[in-house]
Amino acid sequence: MRIPPKYTQIAAITILGAATVFTVAILIFILVFVLEKGLPILSLNFLFTSPADMGRSGGIFPILIGTVLLPLLAIIVAAPLGIATSVYLVEFTNESRITRLIRFGTDCLAGVPSIIFGLFGFIFFVTILGMGWSIMSGGLSLAFMILPTIIRTSEEAIRAVPKAYREVSFSLGASRWQTVRKVVIPNALPGVVTGVVLGIGRSIEETAVVIFTAGSSLLIPTSVFDSTRTMAVHFYILAREGLSMENAYGTAAALIIAVLIVNLTAYFMMHRFIAKRN
Amino acid sequence: MQQEKNIKIDIRHVNIFARDVKILKDLNFEVNSNQILGIIGPAGSGKTTFLRSLNRMNELETGWRIDGQILLDGKDIYDSELDVNSLRKRVGIVFALPVALPMSIYENIVYGLRLSGVSDKKRLDEIVEKSLSAAFLWDEVKDRLSLSGLRLSGGQQQRLCLARVLAMEPDVILLDEPCSGLDPISTTWIEDALTELKKKYTIILVTNNTMQAARVADMTAFFLMGELIEIGLTKQIFTAPVKKETSDYITGRFG
Repeated sequence: MRIPPKYTQIAAITILGAATVFTVAILIFILVFVLEKGLPILSLNFLFTSPADMGRSGGIFPILIGTVLLPLLAIIVAAPLGIATSVYLVEFTNESRITRLIRFGTDCLAGVPSIIFGLFGFIFFVTILGMGWSIMSGGLSLAFMILPTIIRTSEEAIRAVPKAYREVSFSLGASRWQTVRKVVIPNALPGVVTGVVLGIGRSIEETAVVIFTAGSSLLIPTSVFDSTRTMAVHFYILAREGLSMENAYGTAAALIIAVLIVNLTAYFMMHRFIAKRN
Repeated sequence: MQQEKNIKIDIRHVNIFARDVKILKDLNFEVNSNQILGIIGPAGSGKTTFLRSLNRMNELETGWRIDGQILLDGKDIYDSELDVNSLRKRVGIVFALPVALPMSIYENIVYGLRLSGVSDKKRLDEIVEKSLSAAFLWDEVKDRLSLSGLRLSGGQQQRLCLARVLAMEPDVILLDEPCSGLDPISTTWIEDALTELKKKYTIILVTNNTMQAARVADMTAFFLMGELIEIGLTKQIFTAPVKKETSDYITGRFG
């Protein structure tokens, strides 16, 4: 017996809608849970004083600095490298075997657990290159970790730019590079920015890599070769060592708000950019 | 000698292959300057491939190969010394589907000029007005040049594409079924523009609409299955074609 399309339609909408509601509900639950416990702790004082007694009391100021510097360094290194690679892959190789090999490689890298990047960073940057546990080692290791994400998202964004735009550009005498610069990149930018934001997000919330490569110093770093601690690591240590659950939740709330701010800023900037172009 | 001066494009023994399949077979003909050559023929007869070989747009595809010679003003356009980007500035193309670049109307028009390093605002303004006027679009858009080209209607976008090519002041304009997606009024505008433009340019118009060729072309060529069946004055092709295939096609017996 055939079920009339009217009913399959209703069933489909119900199932799809339920899945969406469920997903959003989990997200809201986590946010409320963390913020409910963390927000009462969070204050300007908490953000701008140094921790005392291993974090049992005091604030998170040095950790705030570490949380800004590490992802910043990571993105400064990874964004240009990743975007350049994806432009090269899409625009300057003709979907050859080598292109597919490189893409396979980046896919594999994207699937590597972050602790492996941490271990690699520890052996290569911290030990062999002698950078020690430092912002430099941590930033570079994080950069490697987020590189595949940035490459794949910008690659997709660049590939999604209509072929007709490229044809028009070439037909008006543009070289491939001029076409990339004036047509492809501006049109791929929203997608590329999404990749960069994802990368920032991943490096802010990363713990394993940071513990292995940047250490967990609670002092305010004075150079990129100083050790530091990020909020994610601080939260981990506070909770794991049972130092202070209050301060752990305060840190978690700060972390979530930081990620939200990064996302909202990127979202806002992108919309302004798109609005300006049209 | 006197006659040779008029030849703009000379096609000599041209064969074109895509992935080793011969798409165009031994083409031999000439295109005179300041004329419109209409190319007609059923779908799949190689018209577009031929057109795209005239400014080397075909090279953007892989597995594509040409032998023979295409001479523009007596110089082989496939000469390895020749810069393909400057060739494309001399031989402009309007595609079948109107594609405005996602930027303002103004920036669409000056796109090619900016690439060539023209940045004098006054000169750009002049060229924008001149090209848009020649494409019969100026009056409709003169007050909103900063509007995105994407916001124009299909017919307006196609005229924008024509204006964009004109802004480059090319020698030759190629049109690949420029009116296939347009309403009759926009089509008339494009056709009027072409008739006016041939005073300055050499125009090659590929069209699926045989009546369009009859209306605007000085010479008409009929392609079938990758071969040039017949080329001659438009009047002759449409009233007294030599080949049976030609008369079958234009009377609508096939294709």
